[in-house]
Formats: sequence, structure tokens, C-alpha cells
Amino acid sequence: MTYLLLWYGWFRGEILAIPGRVIALLFFLVLFGAPLVTQDPYYLRMITLATIFALFATSWDVLSGFTGQINLGHALFFGVSGYMAGLLNTHFGMPPWLTIPTGALTGVAVGLIAGIPALRLRGIYLGLVTLTFPLILLGVFFTFPEFTGGELGISGIERLAFSRILSYYIVVAVFTLSVFFMWKFTDAGSKIFRVGLILHAIREDEITARASGINTTGYKFLAFAVSGFFAGIAGGLFVHYMRIAAPSMLELVFSFQAILWTIFGGVATIYGAVAGVFILFPMLELLSLTEWGEQSRFIIFTVILILTLLFMPEGLTVWVLDKLEIKCPRCKLVNVFTRRTCRACRAPLRNQEN
Amino acid sequence: MVIDILVNGLVAGGIYAVLAVGFSLIFGVARIVNMAHTAFYMLTAYFIFVGTTMLNIPLVASLILAIILITIIGLICFKLFFDRVKQHETTVMIISVALAMLFQEILFLVFGGHYTGIPPLAKGFVDIASIRVSYQHIFAIVTTGLILLGLWLLLSKTGLGKAIRAVSQDREIANLMGINVNQIFLIVMGISVALAGLAGAVIAPIYMVSPLMWIQPLTIVLASVVLGGLGSVGGCVVGALILGYTEIIVTFLVPGGASLRGAVSMSIMVVVLLVRPEGLFGVAFEEERL
Repeated sequence: MTYLLLWYGWFRGEILAIPGRVIALLFFLVLFGAPLVTQDPYYLRMITLATIFALFATSWDVLSGFTGQINLGHALFFGVSGYMAGLLNTHFGMPPWLTIPTGALTGVAVGLIAGIPALRLRGIYLGLVTLTFPLILLGVFFTFPEFTGGELGISGIERLAFSRILSYYIVVAVFTLSVFFMWKFTDAGSKIFRVGLILHAIREDEITARASGINTTGYKFLAFAVSGFFAGIAGGLFVHYMRIAAPSMLELVFSFQAILWTIFGGVATIYGAVAGVFILFPMLELLSLTEWGEQSRFIIFTVILILTLLFMPEGLTVWVLDKLEIKCPRCKLVNVFTRRTCRACRAPLRNQEN
Repeated sequence: MVIDILVNGLVAGGIYAVLAVGFSLIFGVARIVNMAHTAFYMLTAYFIFVGTTMLNIPLVASLILAIILITIIGLICFKLFFDRVKQHETTVMIISVALAMLFQEILFLVFGGHYTGIPPLAKGFVDIASIRVSYQHIFAIVTTGLILLGLWLLLSKTGLGKAIRAVSQDREIANLMGINVNQIFLIVMGISVALAGLAGAVIAPIYMVSPLMWIQPLTIVLASVVLGGLGSVGGCVVGALILGYTEIIVTFLVPGGASLRGAVSMSIMVVVLLVRPEGLFGVAFEEERL
């Protein structure tokens, strides 16, 4: 009983009092509860795909948002691990629970190779070089069609699980665990991991970070590996869910898509990437239901993006949270925007003139 | 075979050079990575297509109209989108990507996804050493040469060129010396887009016109600009020629190499960058601190 009360106290103080966390909690409740409400294959498929893409966008955020290593060819990790999983499954009959981790490890290996240019290049230069990697691979794939299926890709891949609901829950569970890990991994205020703080330091000023005795090379490789791992998981899940590994997974537009989703939601936040995908992807899918929307949905998509970038350059979630939350000027605790005084130290939250 | 490679490589390299010069110019002066650069090239091709086949304007007139129109559109895009966020390099880049996709989708909506063509300005061909070279190819090579020459003269011999180079070297000091930096940005953006338009006008009759035609040249332009050194106008011409020739040689000599040509050129770029991070002709700066 005491434990329950303690737990409730923690829950009230750490979750209910902070709007952002309430939203996150509601989001995960809805995500896990959705199959109880609707079992419509269309909606389940939409949410599953959004979940996979959210994982992909989040992994981009870890590498480019937090660590500042701009990667414009993020589809490389997704595509390589997807193709790997597909090949292992179709040629050697490996089950999904084996191919997806193998694919993710391939993603790590590719991430480490793609990280080599980051040792010498930075900023836009790095972005332009990483942009070419998936395109180079695409050219190689098209040259050896008997192995990779060429334009058609690899089809006939085993499905993730027997039932649709089980596939849904596998994807959602993997997503939740991965996002939680990435959130902790990049958390600069964490008292357990120092990694998040170091990644921030590398992004803000690499030379100072190096001068402070941080092995920036190692941490950059770590960021590439972690990002490659989770993008790889997303790729493996996608391939087993769609049952096809297609060249479109490596295309330029797909890399840009992850970036656009993340920038829309809010870069270097983790939750921004998730929110960006879960707002934009279903919106596009629902738009394509109407004939008018089918034709103009990408126009709407790009217009929304441009407007977001111009008027909310930090991203949607940052803008919204800025409206919903106030940080106490004295004790730095987060408060709801409706409060006048801080919930812990009673300090006035706003200036008293009005 | 050799003549084929020489002529086709010159054409491909020349086109890439005109596109890359415009891209490099606006990057060097205003630090704007304009991913929509080749989308302007695509728009020009479509304007010419509309002018010649739908409105029945004579080809030369529609070429000129298209270039003027695209320059105006480019300047509007600059004023509306790039100018506001030009402090953040990454934001500008993302906006330009979104802009390029917007143009692509509008073209899809208006013209559909199928391939179209534009009538060539110069019909017919001439035999050079028993190789047929069409007049349009010769015209493209000559125009490209003239454009590059004109640009070189503008940058090196005129007062405006001096101002542009001053701004690209140090924006603040140039401003202190009485150069209106924002005006220079606007002029350079105009030149850059007009160059993309010119490339579109010269090249569109040789290649197919489709709403996806901006992606392939974009990657090559990025590769040649990085290869030559970002911001170095001469360097990117050399880079573009190298990549143009590489493409053609791979297509001619490797069986089934058409799908591999982009991969080979980009691999060359990656290798060069790993050896020389500042590109072939770029200047290596000490690591910048802000």
C-alpha cells in the first residue's frame, strides 16, 4: 500500500504535472490500445508503417540531430539491412527473429563504414558525401540483377508473424523499446549515461570537446553505429512487413523523407521525430483516400513543411511544448502553462507586471 | 569510339559544368546549398515545352521567355524562403529540398508523369571523322563554352565581379567597404538561376523531359561541386568535366554500365574527398570556430 502511494506520488509529480509527458503517455496508450478499438486492416497497416518510419526517423535524429553529423543518405542503413534480411530469408530460410537482428548488425557495420568520411569532413560536405552512398549502392544493385532482383527487388519474403495483430504488437513493442533506449541514450541531463552530454558537446563544438579529453572519433563512430542499428531494425521490420525489399528503399527521396519528418516535428528531440511521422504519414495516407487528395497530397505535404520551417524553425513539438510548459526561473522545474507559481518552490512563473 | 567518347563527354561535362557553376556560385557567395537548383533547370525545360507545343511561340522566343521567367521565379523563391532563414545552412538546404519536391509534384499534377520532348534548336548533323554529331550537341558545347567564358569575364574583369568575390571571401568586411551584401546575394541568385535556366534551354532538347529529371543531374552536380571544391567556380568546371567523361566512358566501355555510371562518378568523388577533404581546387581553411 505504501509502495502504491509512493508510486502514485511519483506518477503525479513526474508525469501528470508535465504536459509533454502526459501527451507521450497518451500516445503510447493509444498505440497499444488501437487494435482493441479497430481491427480494420487499413488502419492497422497505416499505424504499423508509421511506427516503422518513426523508428527510422528517430535513428536519423540520433546521428544528425544530436551528434550533428549531417547524414543525407540515411536510407543506406535502412535499405542495406532490409536487403540483408530479405536475402537471408529467401535464400537461407532464416526466420524473421533471426534476420532482423542480423540486418540490424549489418546496419551497424555499414554505419561504421559510412562514419569514416566523418573523420575528415563536417557539416555540408559530410552531408553531400553521405548522400551519395545509397545511390552508389543502388547502381551496384541494378548492375547485378540476378542477385538483388534489380528494379523489382526481392519478393516473397516471409511475413513477420502469422496474424496481423501479432505483427502489429511486435512492431509497436520493438519501437517502444528502441525509442526509449534512444531517448535515454541522447539525454544530456542523464545522471547515468554521459553519452548524451558528449554527443551534444560534439555537435556544439567538436574542437572544444576534443580539447576536454573526449575521444570524439570514438563517440562519432558510436553515434553512427547506434543510428545504423536502429535504422537497420526499422529496415528489417519493414521488409518483413511489406514482404518485399525494393530499390525504392535506397532512393534519395526516401532519405529526404526521414529528414523532412524529423525537421517538421523538431530536430534533436527524439519525440519530435516520432510526432513528425505520426502526424504527417497518416495525414498523407488519409488524403490519398479522396481523389482530389490523391493527386495533390505531396503538394500539401511540401507546403506544410515549408511553412513549418519558415514560422516554426525549431519544429512543431518544440513550438507546442513552448506554449504548454513553463520552466520555473528559480528551480528549473517544468510546470503547466496554467500555473502562476512554481509547483515546487512557489516562485512566480511570469513577471508580475500584468 | 574515341570521338564518340570525346564529344559526348564534352557535352555531358559541359551541361554539368553550367549547372554546377550556378550551384557553386550561390553557395560560395551566400552559403546557400540550393538543392532546388536542378529543379529550376527542370522548370525551364517545361516552360519551353509549354511555349513551343501549347502556345505555339517560336522556339527562340520561348527560350528567352523561359529563362526570364525562371529567373523571376528564382528571385521570388529567394526573397520568400531562403532570405529569411539564410543564417541556418541546414534549414536553407531542407527548404530547398522541399521546394524541389513541390515543383516536381506540381509538374506531375499539371503534365502527368510521362516523358516529353522539346524540338531541337538546330536540326541535322554533321560528320566529323565518320562520327555523326548532331548540330544540337555542337550548339550545346559552344553555348556552354560561351556561358563559362562570359561568367569568367564577369567575375574577374568587372566591378560587380569584384564585389561578388569580395562578399564570398568575407561578408562583413565587404559590407564595411560599402558593398550592399543583400543586393549582391540577390544578383548572384539571379545569375545562378539564370544559368540553370540556360542549361535547361540548351540541354532539354537532347534529354527527355519529365518531372523526375532534376534528381539525376542534382547528384552529379553535387558530386562535381564537392569534387572541385565547394565555392570554387573553376574547380567545379573541372569536376563536372571529370564526372561527365567518367559517365560516358563507363557507359561505353563497361557492358551494362548504364546503371553503374552514376555509382562510378560518385565513388570517384568519395575517394577524392577522403584523400583531399577540401576538394581538388578548394582552399583548406583552419577549422572554423564561431
